[in-house]
Amino acid sequence: MAKINLNINGKTKEVDVDPNTPILWVLRDHLDLVGTKYGCGIAQCGACTVIMDGNAIRSCSTPVSSAEGAKITTIEGLSENGDHPVQKAWMEHDVPQCGYCQAGQVMSAVALLESNPNPSEEDIDNAMNGNICRCGTYLRIKKAIKTAANS
Amino acid sequence: MTIIKTKLNRRSFLKVSALAGGGMVLSFSWLAGCQPSPEQEKLGLPDEWFELNSYIKIGDNGLVTLFSPNPEFGSNVKTSMPMILADELDMDWKKVIVEQADFFPERYERQFTGGSQGIRLGWNPLRTAGAAVKYLLVAAAAQTWEVPAEEISTSGGIIRHEGSGKKAHYGEMAALAATLEVPEEIKLLKEIKDFNIIGTSRKNVDGSKIVTGKPMFTMDYKKEGMLIAMIIHPPAFGMKLKSFEAESVKSMPGIKDVFSFKVHKEDYEQNAFDTTTHPELVAIVGNSTWEVLQAKRKLKADWEKSPEREFVMAGWGGNKSTVKVPAGLENTEKHKASMEAHSKRKARELRKDGNPAAAFSRAAKVLERTYTAPFLAHNCMEPVNCFAHVTADQAELYGPIQAPEFVSNTLSERLGLPKEKIHIKLARMGGGFGQRAYGHHMVEAAVISQKVGAPIKMIYTREDDMTYGIYRPTYTATYRAAIDEEGKLTAIHIKAGGIPETPIAPNRFPAGAVDNYLAEGWEIASNITIGAFRAPRSNFIASAEQSFLDELAEELGKDPIDFRLELLDRAKNNPVGNNNDYDPERYAGVLKLVREKSFWDSPRQGIHRGVSAYFCHNSYVAEILDLRMEDNKPVIENVIAAVDCGIVINPDAAANMGEGAIVDGIGNAFFGELPFNDGVPQKSNFNDYKMIRMSEAPRKIEVHFVKNDHDPTGLGEPLFPPVFAAISNALYKATGQRFYQQPFQPQLEMMEQEIKVGQS
Repeated sequence: MAKINLNINGKTKEVDVDPNTPILWVLRDHLDLVGTKYGCGIAQCGACTVIMDGNAIRSCSTPVSSAEGAKITTIEGLSENGDHPVQKAWMEHDVPQCGYCQAGQVMSAVALLESNPNPSEEDIDNAMNGNICRCGTYLRIKKAIKTAANS
Repeated sequence: MTIIKTKLNRRSFLKVSALAGGGMVLSFSWLAGCQPSPEQEKLGLPDEWFELNSYIKIGDNGLVTLFSPNPEFGSNVKTSMPMILADELDMDWKKVIVEQADFFPERYERQFTGGSQGIRLGWNPLRTAGAAVKYLLVAAAAQTWEVPAEEISTSGGIIRHEGSGKKAHYGEMAALAATLEVPEEIKLLKEIKDFNIIGTSRKNVDGSKIVTGKPMFTMDYKKEGMLIAMIIHPPAFGMKLKSFEAESVKSMPGIKDVFSFKVHKEDYEQNAFDTTTHPELVAIVGNSTWEVLQAKRKLKADWEKSPEREFVMAGWGGNKSTVKVPAGLENTEKHKASMEAHSKRKARELRKDGNPAAAFSRAAKVLERTYTAPFLAHNCMEPVNCFAHVTADQAELYGPIQAPEFVSNTLSERLGLPKEKIHIKLARMGGGFGQRAYGHHMVEAAVISQKVGAPIKMIYTREDDMTYGIYRPTYTATYRAAIDEEGKLTAIHIKAGGIPETPIAPNRFPAGAVDNYLAEGWEIASNITIGAFRAPRSNFIASAEQSFLDELAEELGKDPIDFRLELLDRAKNNPVGNNNDYDPERYAGVLKLVREKSFWDSPRQGIHRGVSAYFCHNSYVAEILDLRMEDNKPVIENVIAAVDCGIVINPDAAANMGEGAIVDGIGNAFFGELPFNDGVPQKSNFNDYKMIRMSEAPRKIEVHFVKNDHDPTGLGEPLFPPVFAAISNALYKATGQRFYQQPFQPQLEMMEQEIKVGQS
């Protein structure tokens, strides 16, 4: 066990956990931030995506020790009232079906648009290819990203 | 107006107000149609709610809560079912709160999401429930205003009497309405033309919660004092627990208990949804997920081969049977060999019209083709999990379950508690696809909670989930067609089977369209468990049948759509045999619509098209898939679907569902496969089990609905089965090769390799 200081959604949090614990389980079990989802545990599905220092990372495979001193944004920290342009675009296109993967999809899309405000079709495919949607909402995700890019 | 009998639905109208769920904890932000500010929210809550029936509660300020009865796994019933209620109620969608009902068989007719039947079977009960409440509100107004009810009109949650100019919102009449009786026969269902919510696109009522990451899934649920549990199941089908060393992990940080348990009692008679791959499991219980996961990885357990075993299946209508689970460690190569052998043997006759044997012996030419498909894992994004809190006198469960009614019986038997002491709350599910119809996980969680005497949340890892079983079976089908000297089709013979079931629906098309027809089925027993998987059986047999018809049309020198239409014309005008399980006119209708919408008759350079159509879950679908080859790899440009599922409740959401089914089908057609070696599933996570990703999805999908006034039918499944053959038929156009074996990717890779070798 070790005390680790984290900066999550602009707030400082201290947790006392095994430093190898993935960020995902610290968020979900210790900080009650359950918007970030467990899907595979091996960085293959993207359901656990959060933004760390501007990059989309897979929190299921990133130990919490590596997050000390870094700024982490989770789905809960994107906006106060769900009015981040990406969240709004997601609602406009009524993207979700089951909804389980969507927080991870949104976070990958936010990271993409922060580094590349006008992504091409190929840029979107590349950035989003790490996020599986079992319901198959990919076309709507793509439309929502284009809408958010234009807003 | 339609006369409806309310008597049949009497159960829906039980006034059990004391049991009414959750009204006071609701906040205004649950509104279906808009997002109020926090101030509006405070002002908006009613002082009192009146329950008019199981589905509808009205606040004194006119706000209405609609309970969505069925579990939600992504097919959007939580939006579309309340839309039906709201339309018949004449309610303003913006003033509606939608709440997920708990499992409550005394209050709701059929809380089952599966078989694409939610809307079809919910249609009349929901319309009736909405219309009956409107009737009560009007009756209350008539009584209050002393005017005839016939002179009163309603719209958008407002009651009006033209003559006197009187007006009230529903909340003002709710108190009195709640004391009135619903007559047994009422004339009040709307005319279809008068619908103003049904048939209009409404956003997912949970959309904002999903995109803001609010807790909605069982996986997100937490209760004071809750522990985390994980299970360890045998590494292979045909293996069972021999021993384990609890002490090896008990002292690890955060670990509370380690034990093994039996999922069912020895003499338990199972129901059809009790599928239990492994009768005995090891449980590890601890404080946090990561701690339990560490112990799970470290636990030493020994496994041994399981002998043949059997269990009693209670069956429908008291027909008990004994199910034998064979011993042995199975593997895919042997499966293939035994399926091939079975395909050549005589099989069980399922339907015969005319004299197929004579037609084949007279044939000038016989076209014979065999199609195969592998086991598939469901791979819902939310792995299997369940919350349970079992105490001495009751059990509380919160879990992803499509069929709560079946598992409530199982839980009652297993825990030794009466059914009314089992409380099941219905969580939003992170996917279902059939897998979540089977409730073994709820029983497991309940047994673990009972054992440790604490609330627990049991979580399967992705690996546990993918290797547990309840798969889509592996199948094979051999199609034969007899063609006479004049080049006419005279007979069709289908022989199909699988492990452990046959995929044939013998009375479906092309039965009824061919003079001589024979359908035969066979099956091979296995210890690999199977379960419903989006359009069970149809998802394979459609691909075989529609690929075969494509090749047959070519053989006969006919356009593939014309050929299907000719067959359907025959089935309509002069049907062969009895019990043909489809309406040829509606079937032809979707083919004609897809031909028109896809400009089938104006082919484009470089675009290779495949057509396919299928009827299942009471709905008709035709699809055309356009692909082009880029660096010898297929890129899917567009999929055009035509769907006849009767009245469409929520068109944009329905299109979303259709798009998803098409993407799902493309993924499984190209990549889906779960092989076995010595009983061990050879894939256990997304690094080796390939799922379709964004770059492989079509560039465009169009879903067109036939407009008619038929009552609504299935939608979640019917768009899935036709995709497979639309792909194989398009691939044939693109490559000149037929694709008989799913998944298609290995054959494509081989072709690509050959082209490279040829070029070098």
